Amino acid sequence: MDIVTLINQFGAAYMGLDGSLTLTTLLMRMGGGLIVTFQIFLITLIGSLPLGVLIALGRMSKIKPLSALMRLYISFMRGTPLMLQLMAIYYIPYYVFGIKLSLLNFGPMDIGPVHVEVGWVMTACCIGFILNYAAYFAEIYRGGIQSIARGQYEAAEVLGYTSSQTFMKIVLPQVIKRILPAMGNEVITLVKDTSLAFVLALAEMFTVVKQIVASEVTMVPFILAALFYWLFTILAEFVLGRIEKKLNYYHD
Amino acid sequence: MAESKTLLDLKHARKSFGDNEVLKDISLTVEEGEVLAIIGPSGGGKSTLLRCCTLLETLDGGTLSYGDCVVASDSGSGAVYGGKDVLQRARTHFGLVFQNFNLFPHYTVMKNLIDAPVTVQKVPKDQAVAKAYQLLEKMGLEGKQDMVPCELSGGQQQRVAIARALMLDPAVLFFDEPTSALDPELTKGVLKVIRDLAEEHMTMVIVTHEMKFARDVADHLIFMDGGVIVEQGPAAEVIDNPQHERTRAFLLSEE
Ligand SMILES: Nc1ncnc2c1ncn2[C@@H]1O[C@H](COP(=O)(O)OP(=O)(O)OP(=O)(O)O)[C@@H](O)[C@H]1O
Ligand SMILES: [Mg+2]
Repeated sequence: MDIVTLINQFGAAYMGLDGSLTLTTLLMRMGGGLIVTFQIFLITLIGSLPLGVLIALGRMSKIKPLSALMRLYISFMRGTPLMLQLMAIYYIPYYVFGIKLSLLNFGPMDIGPVHVEVGWVMTACCIGFILNYAAYFAEIYRGGIQSIARGQYEAAEVLGYTSSQTFMKIVLPQVIKRILPAMGNEVITLVKDTSLAFVLALAEMFTVVKQIVASEVTMVPFILAALFYWLFTILAEFVLGRIEKKLNYYHD
Repeated sequence: MAESKTLLDLKHARKSFGDNEVLKDISLTVEEGEVLAIIGPSGGGKSTLLRCCTLLETLDGGTLSYGDCVVASDSGSGAVYGGKDVLQRARTHFGLVFQNFNLFPHYTVMKNLIDAPVTVQKVPKDQAVAKAYQLLEKMGLEGKQDMVPCELSGGQQQRVAIARALMLDPAVLFFDEPTSALDPELTKGVLKVIRDLAEEHMTMVIVTHEMKFARDVADHLIFMDGGVIVEQGPAAEVIDNPQHERTRAFLLSEE
């Protein structure tokens, strides 16, 4: 007896899954969604972590209009629902620029070994997540940067470091250690927030699960989805814990 | 006596914070090989003076130059500073040791020492490392190169900070109360290191509350109070035989 049959028998016996929806087909459909979820997660982090630094620096800038603009940006991004932001970004090309959304589909693309659907839905979704999370990260960075003692800047200045060297070599590494716990919270929230992509009907895991539940009349996918998200956050916690441990070689 | 070289020249320095006038027309020069001690009551403007000399604060008025590097000039309407490159060049002339060390906590002792020479002065790394080992030995810190600052005592941290400043071969080394954050036992080790430097004719400007140390180590001494130089002269003379009432009162209070 092969493994697929075994799994399906388990599904039939304990989850009431048989006929058109076997446990293996369910897992495979959810797996596809999980890959998209993971892609949103990763692309959001890659985009928003550095963008947050820029926003934080702008927010702390001595140039008043820039600082005010960044303050407004952060306030707006944190003060309106992410779901609304995702939808707005999705529709902006059409309602503001009159561009047919179907023209914005670039089709599938291979970035290294990773296969990504570069449709407008996915693109809009990632832009939305990046812009939103960058605002949250910016505030965390700002708190971290402002917690670094003036003496560190002064020591670096007297030693002749330029301000960008001071920031990159002296300030940023210390900031990273200090903000790691707060960043961890945001990262774990992001794992679950990816499910908001369902508003654009993007085929990430939650969207897939919702469809299956509606068409097959079973709660099982919800339970499996909860387990998937939970596992994903445990994995994220593990990675963050490792980084935290690595930075534990000093305290200040 | 051979003609001495003026390394630091500060004239008519003025500095206010709001309407608090902290430096009122301070002038001083530092000659090569000289050790200058600055003493005075709290709030007298000693730190502000050092911070102006080390470009951490800008003067409102007066002139400042290091050798032939003119940092700030003043033609009567306030201090005018040179451009970024001038300031950066001036910074190669001095080092500063802070009261609370300000070591970089995420760097090992070795990295604290070599990072500025390698990053700022583009000294080859192996050369910087060799020099760092020499300085560690001189500071009595053999074997501490791989530790991070939080693993060291305050006295050891301060000696690392001194070594870090010396790595860049400053012409003048400033100290702002280098032992105020240390208990007496740890103070000794730091003072000994500074004494050794004085023996080697390192040019230093030291703000301190250690009167005996100032008397022994400094050639010249300045007593500052209320933003002015009240009295100055050879260190032993000023401390043993102060001329001004304020100096006398201060020295009595410090005993
Ligand atoms: N950044 C600043 N902003 C406003 N006022 C300042 C600032 N730095 C110093 N002052 C004021 O300048 C005056 C002189 O301070 P300074 O630190 O130079 O004195 P000090 O002689 O070093 O005293 P201490 O022996 O306590 O270190 C004080 O009245 C202080 O409040
Ligand atoms: Mg002071």
